[in-house]
Amino acid sequence: MRFQPIDQYSAGLKADTRASVYQSTKSTHEKRTKLLFDQFAAPDRLRELAGEIKQHAIENLDTYLPQVEARLKANGAQVHWAGTAESACAAVLKIMRDRGATKMVKAKTMVSEEIELAHYLEKHGLEALETDLGEFIVQIDDDHPSHIVRPIIHKNRREIATSFEREGLGAYNDDPGTITRRARHFLRHKYLEADVGLTGANFVSAESGRIVLVTNEGNSRFCLAATKCHIALVGIEKIVPRDRDLSILLNLLGRSGTAQDLTVYTEFISGPKSPAQPDGPEEMHVIFVDNGRTEVLASDCREILRCIRCGACLNVCPVYRQASGHAYRSVYPGPVGAVLSPLLMKDKFPQKADLPKASSLCGACNEVCPVNIPIPDLLLRLRNRAKEENVPSPGTPPMGAWALMASQPTAWKAALAGGKLLNYVPTKLIPVPALQAWADKRALPAWRGGEFRKWMRQRAQ
Amino acid sequence: MLNTERSPITGKRVQLMATCLCDAFYDDVAAATVEVLEHLGVTVVFPEGQTCCGQPAFNGGDWAASRRVVRHTVRTFAGEDPVVVPSGSCAAMMFHGAVLEFEKESDLPEVAALGRRTWELADFIVNGLGVKTWPGSYPATVAFHRACHTRGTASGEAALTLLRSIAGVKLAEFGEGEQCCGFGGTFSVSFPNISSAMGDLKLEHMRAANPDVVVSGDMSCMMHLGGLAAKEGKPVKTLHLAQVLRDALKAAKS
Ligand code: SF4
Repeated sequence: MRFQPIDQYSAGLKADTRASVYQSTKSTHEKRTKLLFDQFAAPDRLRELAGEIKQHAIENLDTYLPQVEARLKANGAQVHWAGTAESACAAVLKIMRDRGATKMVKAKTMVSEEIELAHYLEKHGLEALETDLGEFIVQIDDDHPSHIVRPIIHKNRREIATSFEREGLGAYNDDPGTITRRARHFLRHKYLEADVGLTGANFVSAESGRIVLVTNEGNSRFCLAATKCHIALVGIEKIVPRDRDLSILLNLLGRSGTAQDLTVYTEFISGPKSPAQPDGPEEMHVIFVDNGRTEVLASDCREILRCIRCGACLNVCPVYRQASGHAYRSVYPGPVGAVLSPLLMKDKFPQKADLPKASSLCGACNEVCPVNIPIPDLLLRLRNRAKEENVPSPGTPPMGAWALMASQPTAWKAALAGGKLLNYVPTKLIPVPALQAWADKRALPAWRGGEFRKWMRQRAQ
Repeated sequence: MLNTERSPITGKRVQLMATCLCDAFYDDVAAATVEVLEHLGVTVVFPEGQTCCGQPAFNGGDWAASRRVVRHTVRTFAGEDPVVVPSGSCAAMMFHGAVLEFEKESDLPEVAALGRRTWELADFIVNGLGVKTWPGSYPATVAFHRACHTRGTASGEAALTLLRSIAGVKLAEFGEGEQCCGFGGTFSVSFPNISSAMGDLKLEHMRAANPDVVVSGDMSCMMHLGGLAAKEGKPVKTLHLAQVLRDALKAAKS
């Protein structure tokens, strides 16, 4: 293999898919920027502040996790700890079995994708139905999300209409309104039949134990309206210290993610049904999932745990726009995924060590990130880790000989003179892969090695 | 966050870090840099032992190799004088990248000290020397490409300040100016398809604005964009900011 897998994937991507991804990400990114800069005097200062809050939270999880557990219990919820994806899935299964439940309705949660919960439950004979429209379409197509906020950014409405027809949800009709109405009609009955509603959490306050859910479709509310049992699946990095920290984070999340002042629904859930709160499920479970996060926390890339999954870095990323999400072979694609996905592989890191290479290090991700994660620095750290672990990296020129030359002026000057060869010998005949890759796409300027030095010397005389 | 803190400029002597690209391909850019600095009354010293800032290996993930080159650079640019470099990318390598890869090394203080006195050319002129207008004239529509490694630094705005002040320069507005040109060092050869697609998009936006010349503070971006355009048989004229400043001066003198 000559080039990087993500580059090869991109080369084979359908023009249609690339166009959908590009249009949608570009327009969200541009609206996001306008909104933030029109409405706030110093949005970058806000991003820094939000980053400091989350950095503080993840560095003090040993304080906040016990605190949040106590609050949640006091609020009437049951708390579970899952070290791995398997134990998180098993915890959900046990809760359902204990209740004799067979049907679950799911709101959108990335951590459930990460632990592959729906497949796990199906394997055990239980139904787990996605109710977010995008995730529902992913589920009926047996596909994978390609964006963390817009799972079907890679699909156009004609493809969706075809899927709906195939699933018996009505004759072919690609009007978005009709598609939504049909999904809604189908799902409505499912909410009523289900016993368990599963959600994620965008934030959990250690101070109050409040779980915050941010959605646009209202499906998470439906998931908790008729069901008797609520399970919240939460990555341990979702903790914020205080309720008032939510104000800055919520202000940034909607604007950064979907260019909205606030998402349509922002729910604060402080426990199951009680005399003081007569609505909602009678039983509530919160499952905190580690699944590699503790290792990330111990690494020199811990800043990635600040991530609030807004998707802004995907939207602005020129590589994501060219390659689309599936190129990353991971639940988390784009810049955030290029850092997080290899880290979550733990000792299988080499399998995804190519992801951090998929960046020109342009820094646009850092510039939009609402929690100011220095993503390029983390990508670089992971590249160095891959090198130290001797993971092969197709297409990356070896640097050893170059470093030798560039630390010895005599050798360097000789190379400057020798490079003149490039002006006479066709690049095709020079067996240097990097040079070939360059010249295949771009003309090479004339080699003028040493000319500037000559000019400097002549002036000095 | 980038470490962009700089000590104030006292003397009028600088060391020039010409960059490996100018050393190999773009001698006129390095010469223009010298002439521009001398016009401002600055004495330019060129340490002969210089090679490269170490960025190729740093970005390529071979930090051990990169550190070797950075150590050489630190020795070559000894002293207290500011180091001026006609590249935002190499400047950022010195004040940010090198510091990152030396985090656990005992000679971090020396590396960080060199970073603190390293300036990108436009930043040095505008914010170091306090020069905010440029004499002479340069009658052309200019598409200015802000190199990505100047994000979060004062360089992009400094270059625009100078360009805007030159008689005859018309700055062309074009779409998605914040997007990368697709060069990215080793990225350009290990991800050639994505890299060139990014470049084509950039060229499309720029061409729509009909510029006479594309100008940047970084020749790496220009080498990629200019090379793509030439390969497609639709060449675009590319120049470094220093060349425009020098040519504007020439016009003033003639
Ligand atoms: S890394 Fe930052 S920009 Fe990217 S999804 Fe996470 S919070 Fe959003």
